[in-house]
Amino acid sequence: MAGNDLAIRVRNVSHQFGEEGSTQFVRAMLETSLDIHRGELLCLIGPSGCGKSTLLNVIGGLLTPTSGQVLVGDTEVRGPLPQEIAYVFQENALFPWSTVLENVNLGMMFQGVPKAEREPRARKSLATVGLSDFANHYPGQLSGGMRQRAALARALSLETGIILMDEPFGALDEQTRMVLGEDLSVLLSRTGKTIVFVTHSLGEAVFLADRVAVFSARPGTIKEVIKIDEPHPRKPGFMTSEKFTDLRNTLFALLHEEIRKAMEQSVASDRAAGGDGKS
Amino acid sequence: MSAAPTSDARKSASQKSAKRDRSALGSRLVQAAFVIALVGLWYIGTTYGQISPILLPNPVRVFDELVDVLATLEFVSDLRITLFELAVAFSISATSGVVLGYLISRSQYSIRVFEPLFAGIYSVPIILFLPLYILFFGLGPASKIALGVTTSFFPIILNTIAGFGYVERVYVLSARSMGASDYQLFRWVLLPAAFPIILTGLRIGFTVALLSILGSETIASLAGLGHRIVHLAEGMDTARMFAYIAFAVAIALTLNTVTSSLEARARRR
Repeated sequence: MAGNDLAIRVRNVSHQFGEEGSTQFVRAMLETSLDIHRGELLCLIGPSGCGKSTLLNVIGGLLTPTSGQVLVGDTEVRGPLPQEIAYVFQENALFPWSTVLENVNLGMMFQGVPKAEREPRARKSLATVGLSDFANHYPGQLSGGMRQRAALARALSLETGIILMDEPFGALDEQTRMVLGEDLSVLLSRTGKTIVFVTHSLGEAVFLADRVAVFSARPGTIKEVIKIDEPHPRKPGFMTSEKFTDLRNTLFALLHEEIRKAMEQSVASDRAAGGDGKS
Repeated sequence: MSAAPTSDARKSASQKSAKRDRSALGSRLVQAAFVIALVGLWYIGTTYGQISPILLPNPVRVFDELVDVLATLEFVSDLRITLFELAVAFSISATSGVVLGYLISRSQYSIRVFEPLFAGIYSVPIILFLPLYILFFGLGPASKIALGVTTSFFPIILNTIAGFGYVERVYVLSARSMGASDYQLFRWVLLPAAFPIILTGLRIGFTVALLSILGSETIASLAGLGHRIVHLAEGMDTARMFAYIAFAVAIALTLNTVTSSLEARARRR
């Protein structure tokens, strides 16, 4: 069977928002293809608005692309696949009216886990992210970093082979995201899950990823894929190594040009929309 | 995270809340003093001044009349009519407002169509429909119920649309990604997200229904607290009329306090 070690295959995916010619028309992604291996952590990085999150939502079945297809294992994605794919969103995707434990239990209920299994699995995944003592807290009572740990626990409890993470640490401060990144690296080296991780932080991409896919400016497509050849779990020392700096610089060079292009695009489209277009 | 800043923050928060409690107590005292002063002025004016007791009776007489109204249970039949009208009107507007509001909230298109429409009608003085309702439904409770429904329907449906229609997209997406069915999405995501906002709409609806029913009873009716007040005014029995006004105010205050505390309790949950 071809590509048995491939968890996700993205084939010529293009996506556009709005009708061609209308003011809302955006060509978000153009003819993007990508193979994601089983058990790897792949980072998507690129200028803002380049379609990284769009690609993630297409893989997760939350968005049907204008053309092209995505295969998860041998199944074509046509909608959410809760048995195969779990999501960690940017922030505040926990239900604020439920406690942390209830949030984790609800996820398993939606997925169809029998009632008796939910509680022990929820406790286990909360212990994994170090939140056992906060099971009965409401999300509003937790710090941003703890909320994202809880969101990760909810995703882990679903026991899917794939986790999609859409800038999960994007709203956190630098120190918190560093610690969470280290913990994530340790955690993932044990579980063997396939992770697709959207970020705009170069350091985060190099520190976490097995491979980094760099997006071009809009219409986004994958410009280059960089391999980060460093075993998991990664130590904080990796961050200060020469290898880390070199890889980071390579990524920066690839990205810099695209970011400038993306910014010029947004200025031009603002002007076309009479200066009131969204940035 | 170190413990010091949190405990500091907690201390300053508790100091702040103590300060707030004290200033809340202070403003309560001023409010009470204001009411007492007003009643005092009323008493002095009617006891020593030249105010006609037909226009403004002495508060002591009003109090005696109130005791009589309560002791003889004379108020029961009028109160029953008014509460009956309120209960029917509120049941109709709460049910139809919440159900229709939910249905409208299910599509962005119908929200765009109906929300401004209802908001527009809500800002019209609905009391102007009363003559029409009296023509349609007569002088009995039906015309009061119709007016109560019309005034309370709009805040209820508008809040229901706002509650269901503007649930954070990420909640819906994450529930869908975990495999939530339509029913599960409604029961565990949309409903809890919308509930506090709908509750506010219901409280506002209840209050305006009560106001419009009492008001319309004073304009044209056969029975009810509002009717009794006008009837006494026309018979120049001002002291007893004031007693009924005080009674109606007490009923309205009680009902509003009950609904507000129900709302607060449901929100805390």
